[in-house]
Parts: sequence; C-alpha cells; structure tokens
Amino acid sequence: MKEKKIILVSCGPFEKEFLRKIGHAVDLEFRIPVEIEDGHIDLEPFYSPGRRQYEGNKLLQKVSTCTKSDFTKIVGLFRVDLFIPILTYIFGQAMLRGDAAVVSVYRLKNELYGMRKNDALLLDRTIKEVVHELGHTFGLIHCHVPNCVMRSSTYVEDIDQKTTHLCLRCRKAFEEVGE
Amino acid sequence: MAEKISILIVDDEESVRDSLFNWFVEDGYDVECAENAKKALLLLESRQFDIVLADIKMPGMDGMEMHRRIRALNKETIVIIMTAFASVDTAVQALKDGAYDYVTKPFDPDDLSHLIRNATTHIALKAENEALRRKVTTLEDIDDLIGNSDAIRKVLKQVESVAQSNTSVIITGESGTGKELVARAIHSNSPRKYFPLISVHCGALTESLLESELFGHEKGAFTGATFNRKGRFEMADGGTIFLDEIATISPKMQIELLRVLETKSFVRVGGNKEISSDFRVICATNRDLRNMVKNGTFREDLFYRLNVVNITIPPLRERVDDIPLLVNHFIKKYCTSMSRDMITIEPAAVKHLEKFEFPGNVRELENMIERAIVIGNGREIKLKDLPMGKEAISSSVESLDELEMRHIEQILNKYHWNVSRSAKALNIDRVTLYNKIKKYDLKQED
Repeated sequence: MKEKKIILVSCGPFEKEFLRKIGHAVDLEFRIPVEIEDGHIDLEPFYSPGRRQYEGNKLLQKVSTCTKSDFTKIVGLFRVDLFIPILTYIFGQAMLRGDAAVVSVYRLKNELYGMRKNDALLLDRTIKEVVHELGHTFGLIHCHVPNCVMRSSTYVEDIDQKTTHLCLRCRKAFEEVGE
Repeated sequence: MAEKISILIVDDEESVRDSLFNWFVEDGYDVECAENAKKALLLLESRQFDIVLADIKMPGMDGMEMHRRIRALNKETIVIIMTAFASVDTAVQALKDGAYDYVTKPFDPDDLSHLIRNATTHIALKAENEALRRKVTTLEDIDDLIGNSDAIRKVLKQVESVAQSNTSVIITGESGTGKELVARAIHSNSPRKYFPLISVHCGALTESLLESELFGHEKGAFTGATFNRKGRFEMADGGTIFLDEIATISPKMQIELLRVLETKSFVRVGGNKEISSDFRVICATNRDLRNMVKNGTFREDLFYRLNVVNITIPPLRERVDDIPLLVNHFIKKYCTSMSRDMITIEPAAVKHLEKFEFPGNVRELENMIERAIVIGNGREIKLKDLPMGKEAISSSVESLDELEMRHIEQILNKYHWNVSRSAKALNIDRVTLYNKIKKYDLKQED
C-alpha cells in the first residue's frame, strides 16, 4: 500500500525555516508526513494583465503536476496575489476531495493593510490557510464552529479568529474519510 | 437546517461557473450549474432550487427574461443577478421586477458570502414564520376543544395517548362535532407539532383535482397546470396530513392512497420522479366505514391501514353538560373577535339550549351564539335572541301536519283566539280554520 505523504511545494522565495514550521504544523494536524519541495513554476502564463493578479484555478492544475514524487496531497505556496474569475481575490484554493491546493501569503501580510510587519502572525495565518485548503482536499467543507480551522475566512481578521486545528466534528469527518 | 440550501448557477462562462461551484460546494451547499437560460429553466422544471445566481448577459435568453420565467415557475425562488459594471441599470430593473439582489462581477469574497448568508437567513425566517403562524393557529384551535363531560374527557384521553405515537387515526362523528379540532389536538400534542398540519377536504374535490391536490403536479401535466406545484403529501413532510370526509374518495384514489401509505413515496401528476415524504395520516368521516367495507364501497385493506386507532366524538345531545361551558366559550370568542364588551346569557336561554337537539352539533350552537351576540342588546343574550322560533321548530318538527298545527296555534294565540283575524292572517276562510282547530284538537289556554 502506498505510503501517505503531503508535499508542500515552495513556489516562490520562502525561508526554509518558514516552510519547515508549516510542514511541521500540517504533519501534526493530519498525522501525515510532509515533504518540502522547490517548485519551478513559470508564473507568466498565469498572469492576468487586466487584473494584475495570478489565476488560482489554473495554478491549482499546474501544482498537481509539478512533482515526480508520489503523494497523497500537494499544496503550492505562492507569494503572488491570486484570484479566480468571479472573485476579486482569494487566500487559497483547493480541489474538494481532490489532491491539490494552492495558498498565497500575499494577502496574509500585515504590511498590505498598512500595519507593522509581523512574521509570527504571517506564519500563523499561512499555517491556518494551508491546513484549511488541505482540509478541503480531504473532503471537509466550511464549518460553523468559530475557532475551527475549516471556518470560512473572507477577511484576514477572520483568519486570526480561528485556531490551526480542526474542531471535533471536522476531525471525525476527516478520520472517516480514512485518508 | 434540515435540508441543504440548493443553489443554481447560470452563467455562460465556464470559469465563472466552476469558481462559484467550488466556492459554494466548500460552503456545504447543494449546487448545480447551467450554461444558459434554457438549460437552467429545464433544470428548474425538474427540481426546486432555493437560490438562482444568474448572469444578466448570456447568449440567447438573457438573465432578465430568465428571471421573469423563473418567477412564473416558482415565486419562492430567490434570484440574484450577476452583472458587470456596465449593466447596473438593467440590474436595478431586475430588482424592480422582484430579484432578491444583484452583485457586480468580480465580487469581493465577503460580499458573496454575505449575500448568500442573507438569502439563506431570508429562507429560514420565511419557513420559521410559516411554521409559527401555523402553530399559533393550531393553539387557537386547541382552545376550542371545550368540555367537561365524561364523553369528551374520554376523547381527550384518547387524543393524549395517541398523539405521541405515529399511528394512523380515524375520527368519526356527526357533522359539526369537531373532528378537525380533534385532529389538530392530536397533531399539536405530537412530536410533529413543529411541522405542518395539512388539511384536505376530500369531499369538496373531484377525483382528478384531489389527485393533483394530494400528489402535486408538474408543469403541463394537464390544461391549466402552468406551474410545478407541490402536493399536500409533500407539504406535510415531517408533519401530519388530515384527510376530511375520507369516505367520499373514489375507488381509484383509494388504491393510490393505499400505495402512498405503504411506501410513503409518490410521483407528482405528470412527473416521473419519486418523491418521499414523512407524514402521519389522520382521517375523518361521518359515515360508517365498516359498513362501507361490507358493501364493497370502501377497500378493506385501506380501512385497516387507516383504522389503527378510532376516536368517536359524541354528538352534542349526548354531552348536554358541556353546553353551558361551550356557550361561555363562544360568547368570549365572539365578543373578543367583534371587539365588544363581554356579555352574559340569561339562565332561561341556557336551559332552552340544553333541551335543544342540535342536529348540527357544536357548529350549530356556535352559529346560534354568534347570531345572538350580533342581534342582541349587547349586554345579555335573551331567549328571544336565540333562533328557537322558526329554525328551532323546523329542526325538530317531523311532519307537515305537525308544522301546520303549531303554526295555527301560534297565530291563534297571537290574535287571542279571534278566529276572524286569525283566518285573515292565515289567508284561509273561517270555516277552514274551524275545521283545522277541530282536526288538531286545539284549545285556548286559560
């Protein structure tokens, strides 16, 4: 039986320690080993000049094919601003019950909102978004429990309200999937 | 929420459909997509959606026209129009036509979440409002189940014990005894009380109308079926269906009803989709169903399926003790509804009512009290305010001869036994009147 593995693909210049901490948090939450890889994705084809953003759905397709390793789930981490055609921006995107997800730190940074840079907060937000999007790949839908990581967040402040963990119900649903 | 909110996304751009589909699926909604208005309308004819999110500009039929057609199909569906900045005017027009809201593309994720959250809250509030309204009505009706006699106490005890179960009940009793009130009492005391009680008066509908009423119909199923319509069984999901005058249904409907009771599923008239509904059945009749089974006019299998518990409501003449209580209850009810001061009733009038036969049972008594309040002096109901004159006689007199005798006697008393004046009033000659007095052996009272 194939061993379970989550691949975290770095699609931009990220510090190794930053990636390691995300990988560690994901491992703890899903109890699935995480491997970190460098993704060499040319972002130009995904750029929309009209919106000056990068198309999340297309990047999602790309991420799922950007490694030769076997994996259970793959998540691409970006620094650029992502969008989907109908929405002005997204923090991340995933295939529900699929195998791939993408997350961008672009709108998770305090600086974007005129506030002081806060690396610890950025790491915390990124972990939450990565766990959230991976949760969707395991079939979890948005949760109404206020501190559950699967709660929908449309503002960055919403992300700060929740924890990095699944609530009991989402945990049960995740375990029932048998991933 | 018992059922997932369903959303239909209509947009000619695949990327928009996919993005919205993923967004709503992740939120736990039941989502379907259509690439144009025609396909959307076909989908809407086959099933119901709570929310339709439609692009305003599409090739072929545009969003505005589609919105109008959706309104014609089902007015309850919430339509949200998606538009580019250039077509805000058209979106405003859509709002005037009854669209719930509009959003300009691309949306801010938070705007979209808010919009759908508001729409779902609207749906939930509407459902809650309907449920509460039904509950209030039910509670009012329960208050009408008045009585202290042994006979009505027995009925109330039966209601109490049967309410908690899910068994079918047949309520029998003469017309006007309050069969529907008992059905409401069973429903209101059952675990199904927060779901609807749907009443169907089977006797008032023809076979085809009853079929469409009970099972619903699809658009175009017959002439005049211009909308999809939910049937009463579907509406009663989670609650109770009350079939009044069950003895009047045709043999064909008896078979159909038996099938629905056995499978708890049915197909709308003109449809092909099996619909399931969880309902409890309570029936009422003023006829002897057991006799009808013997005569072959009512199916035996259906009778046994329905007659798990039988509650018989006694006629008012067998619960005379309840008359004063009922009278006071109706006085209170009608004085309140007519915004009048509370009035009383003279003891002689109550005594008279207790002697009356009441072929129309409690309903007849209620009508008498209502009438007396309207025509009375506004302080006390007097004997003369009660329709014990002509109406009372007409309901207790058996033969024409008896009626004639009473009328002649009344006229003679009115004119103090002056035969000439009485004959003139009766429009007969004096000889005929003498003959009638002799025939009926009428005598002047001292």
